[in-house]
Amino acid sequence: MMRKIIATLMTALAFSPLAQAVEFNRIQADKSTLVFVYKQMGVPVDGSFNKFAAQLSFDPAKLSTARAVLDLDVTSIDTGSEEGNDEVATKAWFNSKAFPRAKFESASFKALGGNRYEVTGKMSIKGRTQTVTAPFTLNQQGSNAIVDGAFVLKRADFAIGEGSWSDFGTVANEIQIKFHFIAAAAK
Amino acid sequence: MQYLQQLEFGNRYTKTAISLHWLMAILLVCLFAVGIYMHELPLSPWKLQVYSWHKWAGVTAFILVLVRLAWRFTHRPPPLPINMSRSAEIAAHAGHALLYTLMIAIPLTGWLMSSAKGIQTVYFGILPIPDLLAKNKELGSLLRDVHEILNFILAALVIGHIAAALKHHLMDKDDILTRMLPQRKR
Repeated sequence: MMRKIIATLMTALAFSPLAQAVEFNRIQADKSTLVFVYKQMGVPVDGSFNKFAAQLSFDPAKLSTARAVLDLDVTSIDTGSEEGNDEVATKAWFNSKAFPRAKFESASFKALGGNRYEVTGKMSIKGRTQTVTAPFTLNQQGSNAIVDGAFVLKRADFAIGEGSWSDFGTVANEIQIKFHFIAAAAK
Repeated sequence: MQYLQQLEFGNRYTKTAISLHWLMAILLVCLFAVGIYMHELPLSPWKLQVYSWHKWAGVTAFILVLVRLAWRFTHRPPPLPINMSRSAEIAAHAGHALLYTLMIAIPLTGWLMSSAKGIQTVYFGILPIPDLLAKNKELGSLLRDVHEILNFILAALVIGHIAAALKHHLMDKDDILTRMLPQRKR
C-alpha cells in the first residue's frame, strides 16, 4: 500500500510542470537581441549586433551539462551611423575582414538563487580570447525561456579601438553588452 | 518727448546688454566656424571631441539668448534715431526679431538632431539634457539639413546686421553703432 502511494506521488511529481526539467535549446533569433552601450565623451550611446546565432542547451536542473555558444557576425554591428559602421570595420576596431566572427563559448554555469544564474566562458574577438562572466535571469513563459543578462567587456582586452582610439577619454574602455534571448523548449 | 526719453534712458545700451551682445557675437562666429569645419572631418577621437564642444557651446548660446531676452524685456533699449524712416524702423525691428528667433531655433534644432541621431547632449559631459525625440535616422538627417539652412540664414542676417550698423555709422552718422560698443575709460 505504502509503496503504491509513493509510486503515485513520484509519477505525479514527474509529470507536474514544476518538477519537470525542461531543456531550452532553440533560440529564436528574430525575437532575440544583442545590444551594447558605450560612452563617448561621457555620453552613453547604443548600438546593436544584428546578425548572430546562438545555441543554448540549458536545463535549470542540470547546470553541469548546460552549454551556450554565441556566434556573432561583426560585420553586422550597427553603431547608429553609417560613418560609425564603416569605422568599426577597420583594422583599428574589429578588423572585420580578417576577423569576421566573434564567439562566446560557455565553460560553466552557476545558480545564483531564484531565476538568477551566471555563466562563465571564453569570449573570442579579433583573434583574442578572454574569460568573461555574465549574470542573467531565466524566466519561463509558456514553453519559452526568456533569458536576460548583461556584462561589461573591456574593449582594450580585445584591441578594439587601437591607435588614436586607444585613449579612453573619448570612447570609454567599458562596453556594456546586453542580451535578450528567447529560447523554446526542446521537443 | 523724444529728447526727454533720451535723457531718461540715456542713449546707450546698458553695460550688461553690451557685454551679452558681444559675448553672443563671439560665440556665434566660433560656433558657425566650428560647425562648418567639423562636419567634413573623418571620424576620429578629435571629431567626437569637437562635436561635443560644439554642442556645449550651443547650449551655452541657448542659455545666453534667454538671458538676453530676459534682460531686454526688463531693460528698454535706447530709442532709434528720430530721423529714421518708418520703413527703416520696421526693417530694424523685424531684423532683430528674426535674429532672436534664429538664436533660439538653431540650438533647438541642434538638440533635436542629437536626440534623433541617438547621441544625447550632455552639457560639459556632466549634465544630461533630456532627449525630446527617439532615435530616428531619417529625422536626424532632416534636422541636420534644417540646422544647416537656419545657420546660413543667420549668417546672411548677421552680415545684414553688420552692414546696417556700418551704414548708420558712416552714412547716417548716428549713434546706432557706437551705443553698442564698449565704452572707453576716460
